[in-house]
Amino acid sequence: MSNDVVRVEELRKVYDLGEVQVEALCGVTLSIRRGEFVAVMGASGSGKSTFMNILGCLDRPTSGRYLLEAKDVSTMARDELASIRNTRIGFVFQGFNLLHRMSAVQNVELPMLYGDVPKTERRKRAVESLTAVGLGERQGHHPNQLSGGQQQRVAIARALVNRPAILLADEPTGNLDSRTSVEILELFQRLHRDGATIVMVTHEPDIAEYCSRQIHFRDGELVDDRLNPHVRDAAADLAAMPPAHRRA
Amino acid sequence: MRLAESLEIALEAVARHRLRSFLTALGIIIGVFSVITIVAVGAGAQHMMQESFKSFGTNVLWLLPGSHVLGGARISITMSNSLTPEDAEAIAKECPDVIYVSPAAFTGSPVVHGNQNWSTVVNGVGQTFPVVRSWYPAQGAFFTEAEVTMAAKVCVLGRTVATKLFGRDDPVGRTVRLKKVPFRVIGVMAAKGQTGWGQDQDDIVLAPYTTVMKKLSGQTHLAAVSCTAVSASRMKQASEQITALLRRRHRIQPGAEQDFSILSAKDVLAMVDKIYDTLILFLGSVASIALLVGGIGIMNIMLVSVTERIREIGIRLAVGARGRDILLQFLLEALLLSVSGGLLGLLAGVGIAQAIASTLNWPILIDPGSSAIAVLFAAGVGLAFGFLPAWRASRLDPIQALRSE
Ligand SMILES: Nc1ncnc2c1ncn2[C@@H]1O[C@H](COP(=O)(O)OP(=O)(O)OP(=O)(O)O)[C@@H](O)[C@H]1O
Ligand SMILES: [Mg+2]
Repeated sequence: MSNDVVRVEELRKVYDLGEVQVEALCGVTLSIRRGEFVAVMGASGSGKSTFMNILGCLDRPTSGRYLLEAKDVSTMARDELASIRNTRIGFVFQGFNLLHRMSAVQNVELPMLYGDVPKTERRKRAVESLTAVGLGERQGHHPNQLSGGQQQRVAIARALVNRPAILLADEPTGNLDSRTSVEILELFQRLHRDGATIVMVTHEPDIAEYCSRQIHFRDGELVDDRLNPHVRDAAADLAAMPPAHRRA
Repeated sequence: MRLAESLEIALEAVARHRLRSFLTALGIIIGVFSVITIVAVGAGAQHMMQESFKSFGTNVLWLLPGSHVLGGARISITMSNSLTPEDAEAIAKECPDVIYVSPAAFTGSPVVHGNQNWSTVVNGVGQTFPVVRSWYPAQGAFFTEAEVTMAAKVCVLGRTVATKLFGRDDPVGRTVRLKKVPFRVIGVMAAKGQTGWGQDQDDIVLAPYTTVMKKLSGQTHLAAVSCTAVSASRMKQASEQITALLRRRHRIQPGAEQDFSILSAKDVLAMVDKIYDTLILFLGSVASIALLVGGIGIMNIMLVSVTERIREIGIRLAVGARGRDILLQFLLEALLLSVSGGLLGLLAGVGIAQAIASTLNWPILIDPGSSAIAVLFAAGVGLAFGFLPAWRASRLDPIQALRSE
């Protein structure tokens, strides 16, 4: 228990659409330990995003328990959840979800704005975070001046800037070409080696190969959960790939 | 999140849609603008009235024919021919607390000298006029009691009339014609200049009231009688003595309404104040409606603004914004719209008031108190009408907000 970042028990999510009730999650029980890199797989509509949104405290389960770092999150009030999202969770979306009016560095500063971090410290940490994802030189750029892969890196920098307990990514490579996808996975693997706990949804078995644990959903149930004995090395794969025209 | 940062976000949002923000604030601008202008013009007029009545002296009572009811801001004036020169004489003789009595009769007439012709008002007054009004002839002399009694055809010209008819020549001893009747000019009054209203006080001809009534207007009654009390502290007694005397002379039964009325400068000022207050109240409510409409405009645009930015709100919530952070952000945006509208309205109001002051020669008083209240009220309107959209935004569910397109 002490090493469990996430512990969910009998997690259930029912969408009430009036006439029909959609059971998106039907009793999921699972633990994720510190330092794991988990791939969440399953067919479309199997409940992966529903599961991730609950882990990310963006949504609440209909029933069941969710302990994040041994704290019961399922009973928390709105403001407490906001503070959890702010400090303990980093969420990366398929569609990046950057604010287009703001520069890269301002986007990365956003979580610290709501965490009352003083201005100079905010800027310093945002630049550090951007440098860590390889975008130190692009801090002043706006999202529409960046490639998809670069935008996703900004989103990752934003997710990491408050040093969360867990990084959640829902199809982070869904909008990216295959080389850029491997580049993002290379970044995740680097973060993972440095001790980050990562949960990532993906459709593609190739991408799941880079993770140390793979879980499968089918119709809202957890049907498979295994360790990956042959984790692929994204850095090596990138080196073997034909060099794309230089971007970053 | 700190206030400064929320303010920055709100400022950016308002600046992003400049034209839209301006149009949204227009209702507030117009509301505040009208309050400022109306109050400035009204206060200027009030001030001017006060000044001109002050110059009438604090111990002067105006006796007018008919009844003048000064209830609330309602003035009902019934004209009547009840005041006669004999009444004026009786007051002078029988009221111990009245020292000067100056009857007045008016008639409009052209003043003709040679081929020069000038239209003005002929004021028929008594010999005490200069003392009562503290206004004396600069050349020649004023007419005497004897000239009044015998209805002598003499007159004293105002400076403007003298200049119009005689240029640089000395009019004293010359003859002018009023309604074809020849009058000897015996004096020229000292120049007095314009009133606050922009009216030329020197455009006047003064003649004995007896002469005006008998030779010019053919009337037997007076337009007014000004009575000067021995001192300001004896005003009440003087007024009571006049009332008692006239009720007796006019044979008014006890309890019956009298056919004359007595006003002091104080009464008139009180009336002016009442009229002014009522006017302000009325215009204030009109302006409030404008502000209210402005508030609805702000609410409308804020609802649009929130709807447009649901996804942004979702992103902010996802990275840890609390409901109150979102509430503050949108409230500040509404406040910013209304306060800048208020300030623009203030600027425009002050500008227009000054323009009125300089072009129409109308005194203007910009009242800092009511200006501040108008701007504060605008801010209040922004807060009140911005609250619903901001509250809605703050209650959004993170995942639903993120899903919206
Ligand atoms: N807001 C919602 N209202 C109603 N039903 C929903 C809602 N969100 C998801 N569902 C349903 O819940 C089920 C699980 O959806 P979810 O988005 O978790 O699937 P997913 O595994 O992420 O699919 P994909 O791979 O296509 O992203 C689906 O049947 C979906 O139709
Ligand atoms: Mg999904």
